[in-house]
Amino acid sequence: MPSFVIAEKCDGCKGGDKTACMYICPNDLMVLEPNEMKAYNQEPDQCWECFSCVKICPTQAIEVRGYSDFVPMGGSTVPMMGTEDVMWTCKFRNGVIKRFKFPIRTTPEGEANAYLDLKGKDLDSGLLSTQEADGYELKAPTELV
Amino acid sequence: MALPNKPTGELKAVRDPKVEKRDVDILIVGGGMAACGTAFEVKKWASDDTKILLCDKAALERSGAVAQGLSAINTYVGDNSPEDYVRMVRNDLMGIVREDLIFDLGRHVDDSVHLFEEWGLPMWKKSDDGKNVDGKKGVKLGTLKGGATPVRTGKWQIMINGESYKRIVAEAGKLALGEDNIIERCFIVELLNDENDPTKIAGAIGFSVRENIVYIIKAKTMMVACGGAVNVYQPRSVGEGKGRAWYPVWNAGSTYTMAVRAGAELSMMENRFTPARFKDGYGPVGAWFLLFKAVTVNGLGENFAASDEAKAELEKYAPYGTAAVTPTCLRNHLMMKEYKEGRGPIIMKTTDALAKLGETMSKKEMKHLESEAWEDFLDMSVGQAGLWCATNTEPEKKDSEVMPTEPYLLGSHSGCCGIWVSGPDEDWVPADYKWGVGDKVYNRMTTVKGLFTSGDGVGCSGHKFSSGSHAEGRICAKEMVRYIRDNPEEVSFKETDEELVDLVYKPVRNYLDNCEYTTDETINPHYCKPAGMALRLMKMTNEYGGGTATYYMTSGASLEVLMDLFEMFREDLEKIAAGDLHELMRAWEITHRLYTVEAHTRHIQYREESRYPGFYYRSDFMGQNDDEWFCFTNSTYNKETKEWSLKKVPYIKIISD
Repeated sequence: MPSFVIAEKCDGCKGGDKTACMYICPNDLMVLEPNEMKAYNQEPDQCWECFSCVKICPTQAIEVRGYSDFVPMGGSTVPMMGTEDVMWTCKFRNGVIKRFKFPIRTTPEGEANAYLDLKGKDLDSGLLSTQEADGYELKAPTELV
Repeated sequence: MALPNKPTGELKAVRDPKVEKRDVDILIVGGGMAACGTAFEVKKWASDDTKILLCDKAALERSGAVAQGLSAINTYVGDNSPEDYVRMVRNDLMGIVREDLIFDLGRHVDDSVHLFEEWGLPMWKKSDDGKNVDGKKGVKLGTLKGGATPVRTGKWQIMINGESYKRIVAEAGKLALGEDNIIERCFIVELLNDENDPTKIAGAIGFSVRENIVYIIKAKTMMVACGGAVNVYQPRSVGEGKGRAWYPVWNAGSTYTMAVRAGAELSMMENRFTPARFKDGYGPVGAWFLLFKAVTVNGLGENFAASDEAKAELEKYAPYGTAAVTPTCLRNHLMMKEYKEGRGPIIMKTTDALAKLGETMSKKEMKHLESEAWEDFLDMSVGQAGLWCATNTEPEKKDSEVMPTEPYLLGSHSGCCGIWVSGPDEDWVPADYKWGVGDKVYNRMTTVKGLFTSGDGVGCSGHKFSSGSHAEGRICAKEMVRYIRDNPEEVSFKETDEELVDLVYKPVRNYLDNCEYTTDETINPHYCKPAGMALRLMKMTNEYGGGTATYYMTSGASLEVLMDLFEMFREDLEKIAAGDLHELMRAWEITHRLYTVEAHTRHIQYREESRYPGFYYRSDFMGQNDDEWFCFTNSTYNKETKEWSLKKVPYIKIISD
């Protein structure tokens, strides 16, 4: 299901510090054509349809079209990302529409606790830093042959 | 119109790239769950002046196998014991696993899961009245660490709202390591050994997929965790759909190839995974089996897996086949039998399952259940949802087909191929399973001094999944800090900068030297292109190496043909050409895929039995031969002589039945 870019909606992220889809694609598929200032998928048969580009695009210019070798035409799945939820609109070939909303995170973005001040004590123990801090006792197997 | 004899990519490659040199103590190669675990953990142990660098081929926020998200965390031990975790993995992988590594994983994995929840990953909870509550509402029920009950599907798996799983985990990793210590879009392609001690790691080379830069990195220790291998066998979809691999299509076997070329020993590379998934979209089936209690039937409408015939077949593979939970490969084996006897297709009865659940549920609860079913796809396999939409498949009204996929090579999911690593330095770990430098043991170190791996990289220790890979990356972080404390001396490699740039940019030179000879740059007798080589490799493995073409069947004679084809393939890789940076990435990926799938098939050739029926078969050695082959098989590659060596390594049972 390769991603495609809607020409009218893509502005090449010219107002941003990076081309969002090009920045995020895990398989390096999205590229910016610098003259037209528009992005495209340079290798559609290597697209995993992970929707990373669709979700990050600031102008909602990217969608996905079913793989031509097995997907009938007419359906679509479109995500709308919020800060706490993602809203999906799933359109069937026969016109049925289903909408789903799922939570994506329970903390504000950027505030994951990286335990920046935590320093481990015993480098030679088998404990990870947070296990050590919690007073976790390293288990050894008791049900041996 | 201009002639098509110019590079087509937007980021043209130039003959002489810039060279950027780094000298670090610890190098992390990869950016997935394992590498993010290392990134989170490493500074907790390292002194402030330790130089650490992480290189990711993509962007940390969405790289690796969890890029798209996941609907479950498959390994959370919780109230179970690590001993039972070992037993489950051992049975699923037909008896031959490293129980030290698995036990070690089992006692650490929950700590990472608790961190994920703290960082903001929504986890489903069971309410007091036994209802499933999603991750947002579940916050009120407390945390798993605080004793709240997760929603289990099966004994080891817990349900999450995991669309942003990787973003959350990457955020913590990035914050902990510091953005200045991370280079994204840097593809590491080859490791370098120390010039004074070739059994020691000394650095790595790679290039930027964004600018014409070659990175030459000196490192005292490093962890390589770049995932498993995908598109090493011809996928069932050969057009656009070959991107819809079950495992992430960008996993190119880099972990195994770079390690084996640096001298590391591989283990159980014959193991593979051919998951049975919803056909074509490759959506997950686990929740359908375990949460919704659906059954599959053959073309005659029979629940074939529950038949007496199936039972008799499974008894041939006792004790694994007769265990309470049938091993994944044997479940596939039963399906293969149906196909071979003309009783396909295999259909998942989603309609019956939902109708049955509907008997005891209210309308509102059914609506919630429908949402859960769709989320399973939308969190981790959107394409499957897209396929259902395009084929008007509402699961309560229309059943879906299930089919085993093409083979994948991996060590963290339900497979166990990978690199042979040391276990922890504890009395209960057999002496043959722990090593290091001098009298020091370094957990998860490969047989190359200073080279560590985790996640898909570690062999003989499957069923780690996302959470286990993260925890294992953290174990490596601490062990690498120990390693540089004990081994602080400088390292160096014998190759000059020029030699290294020549190596990395050889495909670019091949291109520029020859591209104007013909009028179309894709067809040229002086070079080969990655796109064609990718198809050539997948065709030969599919036909001779036990791909879908032969129902995963191969033989000694077929494998001999394959080895000859590999040899010519390797020679031709000297002439691979790349006109732009994206193509240069593809050129190196195909090199990595070759060595990985060659290791896989050489192991199949060496092991004269069919250890994993349903994943692959040796027609000349059907069935299992415990007298000869109840052992690990390990391999090494000598890059000077280009020779592979294989050997048996004893399996030692640690945990009781």
